[in-house]
Amino acid sequence: MPVDAPPAAVEAQAAVGATGGPADPEGSSAKRGLGAVGWVAASWLIFVILVAFLAPVLESTEIIKDPVSADAEAGPGAPLFTEGHILGTDKSRRDVLSRLVWGARSSLIVGVGAVAVGMLVGGALGLISGFRRGRADTALSSLFDILLAFPQLVLALSLVAFLKPPPPEVATDGDVVEAAGGLTAIQILIIAIGIVAIPLLARITRATSLTWSQREFVLAGRAQGARGLRLMIREVLPNVLPAMFSVALLSIGIAIIAEGGLSVLGVGVEPPQASWGNMIAENRSVNRDPLNALFVPMVVVFFTVMALNYLGDAVRERFDVRESSL
Amino acid sequence: MSAPSLAKTADRPLRTHDGDDEPLLVVDNLSTTFASDQGPIRAVEDVTLRLQRGRTLGIVGESGSGKSVLSRSIMGLVPAYATRTGSIRYEGTELLDAGPRELRKIWGAQMAMVFQDPMTALNPVQKIGAQITESIREHLDYSKTQRRDTAIALLRSVGIPEPERRLKQYPHELSGGMRQRVVIAIALACGPHLLFADEPTTALDVTVQAQILDLIEAQQAERNMAVILVTHDLGVVATRADEIAVMYGGRIVEQAPTQVLFRQMRHPYTEALLRSIPRLDLPSHTRLEAISGRPPDLLHPPQGCRFAARCPYAQPKCHAEEPELVDDGTGHLFRCWYPVGIASEQTTIDSVVTNAHVRQVGDEIATDDVVADDAATAPGPAVDGRPPAAPASADATLAEEDS
Repeated sequence: MPVDAPPAAVEAQAAVGATGGPADPEGSSAKRGLGAVGWVAASWLIFVILVAFLAPVLESTEIIKDPVSADAEAGPGAPLFTEGHILGTDKSRRDVLSRLVWGARSSLIVGVGAVAVGMLVGGALGLISGFRRGRADTALSSLFDILLAFPQLVLALSLVAFLKPPPPEVATDGDVVEAAGGLTAIQILIIAIGIVAIPLLARITRATSLTWSQREFVLAGRAQGARGLRLMIREVLPNVLPAMFSVALLSIGIAIIAEGGLSVLGVGVEPPQASWGNMIAENRSVNRDPLNALFVPMVVVFFTVMALNYLGDAVRERFDVRESSL
Repeated sequence: MSAPSLAKTADRPLRTHDGDDEPLLVVDNLSTTFASDQGPIRAVEDVTLRLQRGRTLGIVGESGSGKSVLSRSIMGLVPAYATRTGSIRYEGTELLDAGPRELRKIWGAQMAMVFQDPMTALNPVQKIGAQITESIREHLDYSKTQRRDTAIALLRSVGIPEPERRLKQYPHELSGGMRQRVVIAIALACGPHLLFADEPTTALDVTVQAQILDLIEAQQAERNMAVILVTHDLGVVATRADEIAVMYGGRIVEQAPTQVLFRQMRHPYTEALLRSIPRLDLPSHTRLEAISGRPPDLLHPPQGCRFAARCPYAQPKCHAEEPELVDDGTGHLFRCWYPVGIASEQTTIDSVVTNAHVRQVGDEIATDDVVADDAATAPGPAVDGRPPAAPASADATLAEEDS
C-alpha cells in the first residue's frame, strides 16, 4: 500500500497542515491526497456508478443486450469473448455483461439506500445520544446493544420475511409481480439492511459526537444562549460529518455484500431482476467450465467493495486532523 | 473617554461604595456540589460576593481551588450532576430559580464568558463570521446586513485588522492572540453587562497576554461592564481588579479591595501565592518558591483550616477547627486563626507589577475607544485602576524602560 502522493498536492496542502509536526511519510502522503491507488479506486467507483446510472440508455442504444431474455443461439454458460456476449452467458443463456450493468444498478441502490436509512436514523440517534448523554444516552445505548446482539444476517432475514407482501400465489392471475400497495423487493431490502446498520452507525456517531460535545466551543455556544438543538446541529454535527461520511463509504460495501448473502438465502433482489448478489447466487451451482458467469460478478463485487473501503479510509485519514492544528 | 471614571472609582473599596443601591450581581452563600461515585464533592462552598457595574472582581487561586467552578456556577454553566445552593441575584433576578428559557435569554445577552483556550473555544468548522453573528441572531432582532455590520464593528473594536476578510475565515487561519480577540468579540456581541473572563490569557504568549487584558479593560470601560477575572496569577489581577477574592479548597480565604489586599495580606495562602511569583530583582538561578504539598481533597475535606496542612504558621488549633471568614472592620475579609501581618507597604505590589510579565511596555493601550490600532498606540498613561497607593515607582520603572 505504499502510495506516493503527487508532490504538487503535498505542497498545496503543506501550508494548511504545517503545524502537524513530523509525521511518518506514509501517513502524511495518505493524508494530503488520494494517492495513486486512491485515484484508481475513485475512478472505478465513478465508472460503476455511471454505468449503473446509464443502464437504460445503454440498453436502448443496444450497447448491451436485454438482461432477462435468454439467447437461444448461445449455449448456456458460454465462455468469455463469445461473439455477441463479451462476458459470456449464464446458465439461463442470459448475457452476463448486461446483467452485470443492471445488477450494478440494483446493488448500488440497495447499498446506498440501506446506508442512507441507517445513517439517517442511526446517525440522528447517535448524535442525540452522544450530545445529551445522561439518561437519553443510557436508553439509546442499550437499544443499540440489544440490536447488535442479534446475528446480523438472521435479523436481516427475519426483517425481509416480516416486510414481504403475501406470496403472489395468493393471486389467481399468474403474472403478479408485486402485491398492490406492498413494498418492492428492493425497498424491502433497503429497509431491512438499513435497520441492521442502524446500531452500528449509531454507535460510531455517538462515540464521535460524545467527544465533540465536550469541547469548549459547545459550552461557549451555550454560554451565548444557544439552545440544545441548535448546538447539536450547528456546532457538533458539522464536526461529526467527516467521520460519518467515512463510515458510510465502508458501510455501502458491507451492504452490497449483505444483499449478496441474502440472495444466496433466496431473499435478495428477486430474479429475474439482476443484482450482483443474485448473479453469484444463481450461478453458484454451475460446476463445470466456464465459470465466468460466477466469477465475473464476484470480481466486480470484490473490486467495488475494496474501492469503497480504501476511499473510506482515505477520507478518514484526510479529516483526522490533529487537535493542535485546529 | 470613560477612562477617567474608571480611574476615579479605582481607589474606593467596592463594599463601602455600595450604598443602598442593589449591586449588579449579588452572590450569597453559594455552594456547588458535584455528585460522584465516591460521594459528594463540594467544589465551591459558602461564597458571598457583590459586584457593581463597571467594576472588576479578581478571583485568584491555584488549580483545583474552585475558581473556575465558581464562575461557571454563577453563570449556571454547570453539568446536571452539580447542585447549587444559596442565592445568585443578577439585577434582582434570582438565577438559581430561573428556568432554561430565562437563562438562555440572560446568557450571551446579559452575561457572557471568555474562555481560557481560544484553540478550543471556537468551532473549527465554522467561519468566524457565523460564530459571531450566531448569538446576535439569537438575542437581537437584526437583519442579515445589520448582523454583518455589527460583526465587522465588533472585530474592529477588538483590534482585528481587515475584519471583512476575517468574517470568511476559519479559526485555524488565525493566530492564538487573534482567536482570543474573536472569542472576546463573540462574548461582547450582544453587549453583556457582566463578563466572565476565565483565565483569558493562560493559553497565550506572554507578549499577547497584556494586549488581551488591556482589550478587556478597554471594552469594560467603554461599556460600563462588570468583569469577573478568574486567574491563578496574582500579577494579572494586581493592576486590573478593584477587588480580589482568593480561593482555596472551594472557599474564599481572603477578600479585599486590591490595594488593601496587597498592602496588608492577612492569609498565609495569599502570602504564599505572592511569594511564588518569580522576581526579577533576585539573582539568576534563585530557587523559585513553591507552596509545598497539594490542595485538599474535596471529597474528604480536612477537619480544620483547609490550608493548615501546607501552612508554615499552622498551630494545633488550625488542624482542629475551621476559621470563619471575618471582617477586620475595613472590608478586608480573611479566614484565618492567626493572620499574618506583613505590612510590606508599597514594595509588594510594585514587585508584582514589574515581575508578572503582564505589563509589556509598548503594548499599553490607552483606555479609550481607539483599540483598533492598539499595536501602534504609543505607551500612554496607564489608566488601569492601579491603586494610587503604589503607582510612583511602578510608573518610574515603565518610564525607564521606555526611554
